Amino acid sequence: MERLLRMLTQLHPEVTFTPDTRLLEEELLDSFDIVTLVSEIDEEYGVVIPAQELIPENFATGTALYRLIRRLGEG
Amino acid sequence: MTVQSPWFPLFTAALLVIYYRVPGQWQWRVLLTGSGCFYLWAGKAYLGFLLLTLVSTYLAARQMGDGQGREDRKKRRPWLILCLTVNASALMLCKSCLLPGAKELLAGSRVEFLTLGLPLGISFYTLQTMGYLIDVYRGTVEPERNFGKFSLFAAWFPQLIQGPVSGFSQLGPQLTAAHPYDGQRLSFGAQRVLWGYFKKLVIADRLAPAVTALRQEQTVGGGFLVLTILYAVQLYGDFTGGVDIALGVSECFGIRLPENFRQPFFAKNTAQYWRRWHMTLGTWMKTYVFYPVSVSAPVRRLSRWARARLGGFGKRVGVYLATGVTWLATGVWHGLTPNFLVWGMLNCLVIVLSQELTPLYRRFHSRFGWKDKPWYGVFEGIRMFLLMNLIRACDLYADPREYFHRLLSLFSVPLWRQPVPALGLTGADWGILALGIGAMLLVSLLQQRAGSLRQLLWRGNPWLRYGLTFLLLVAVLLFGRYGVGYEGTNFIYSQF
Repeated sequence: MERLLRMLTQLHPEVTFTPDTRLLEEELLDSFDIVTLVSEIDEEYGVVIPAQELIPENFATGTALYRLIRRLGEG
Repeated sequence: MTVQSPWFPLFTAALLVIYYRVPGQWQWRVLLTGSGCFYLWAGKAYLGFLLLTLVSTYLAARQMGDGQGREDRKKRRPWLILCLTVNASALMLCKSCLLPGAKELLAGSRVEFLTLGLPLGISFYTLQTMGYLIDVYRGTVEPERNFGKFSLFAAWFPQLIQGPVSGFSQLGPQLTAAHPYDGQRLSFGAQRVLWGYFKKLVIADRLAPAVTALRQEQTVGGGFLVLTILYAVQLYGDFTGGVDIALGVSECFGIRLPENFRQPFFAKNTAQYWRRWHMTLGTWMKTYVFYPVSVSAPVRRLSRWARARLGGFGKRVGVYLATGVTWLATGVWHGLTPNFLVWGMLNCLVIVLSQELTPLYRRFHSRFGWKDKPWYGVFEGIRMFLLMNLIRACDLYADPREYFHRLLSLFSVPLWRQPVPALGLTGADWGILALGIGAMLLVSLLQQRAGSLRQLLWRGNPWLRYGLTFLLLVAVLLFGRYGVGYEGTNFIYSQF
């Protein structure tokens, strides 16, 4: 989770991210950020997020995104 | 029958009476029959295209979702590719028949009838069914087994002409569920329909002759700037008005369609604008083009390569490529004439540039601290309004050279030197337009600050609600452009 929060902060240094920050509801992430994040996750965790997983529920909070990474990493 | 003809409200009212009189399990059949009647009445010459899409998508989805395809994605893929190719080709064929010179080329051939115009709703129902098909392929949606129910989803009549584009998981179950009569919902729906007609018939259609005059007068300089502003208001009234009618009619039947606009002219940057204008097309392009291209294996490889060699910019190369592809697709969806490709690329350029200039903006704002000043917000809004108007004016000239000639004239011809030609509007027209546009602006401001105005009015004094609704009805009846002998202006987006 630490690494993920660091990635989010790199995208938006002006925001203090916590695992429960509402990333989409508060309009902190747009589609550009999501794709950049997917590419960073591929680099950092070696997890490829497929297009059908790019849905609001998976990017709602850091926790939701971390859960997705773990699920895809295990599968 | 067109949506802007007086027949449409009568047709809808008759359908509503039947809808709320039959048992709940029969209601979707009433909607399907109504949608079928509407299509036969409004565009039967092109029924073949609609049937091709309905049958091919229904069969392909069943093949993918049932039997062997259910378990094995590889077995689903040929059906997906085949069906997408058939439907995209039909759409492209129809759009290419609208290209300059196509009429002469097709004269005497069997497809000559296509030069009459685009098949009714083809751009919208093709997108909606393609989205459904891809969802079935991905396994996120179960294929609809009832052909009638599927047809209703694809050709639900209020949204057929200009959207909004809906997803199956959101719209399908609503269309087939039972909806008991609800007076408040019916009243909300009717108010929205009325507001839509006001924007279309009182504002957009009244402005249409002025926009046409300016467009035909080879206007440059200041006249061109006026044209871009008038066209922005006309398109806003026309498109949001049409979508309000679609959402309002659907609401009367108990069906909630997705919102397509959220005060787009109050956006402060391009990304915000595109999250507020034609939102359902944006969501479709994001879900089915931008994301899949961004995470595709070739783009991921390119990103890794660029990241290793180009540093910070390299990280964004993949995203920019996907943005380019998405805007190309959006441009082609609007039309195959070169101006729409230019329009798409200009939007892409502005988005990429604003992304690249973000660090500069951050430095600028930390140095001057204007970001939170109210006047700076107003400046950003006006800047975005003018910029999007200039890009949008591409719609008006099939030949991009004509467009660029006018765009450059803004910098070469002093704005005040170019007289604005006669616009064909009387003083009374301008008065009505000023009041109408003022009302539209006021409603947008109130919605931005307080949310749903209909909810607010419902909670307030009922006489105020009745009074405003009556006033709106009178305004549409007295000042709307309609009636015997008047050839209503087609919805602009019905041509895309």
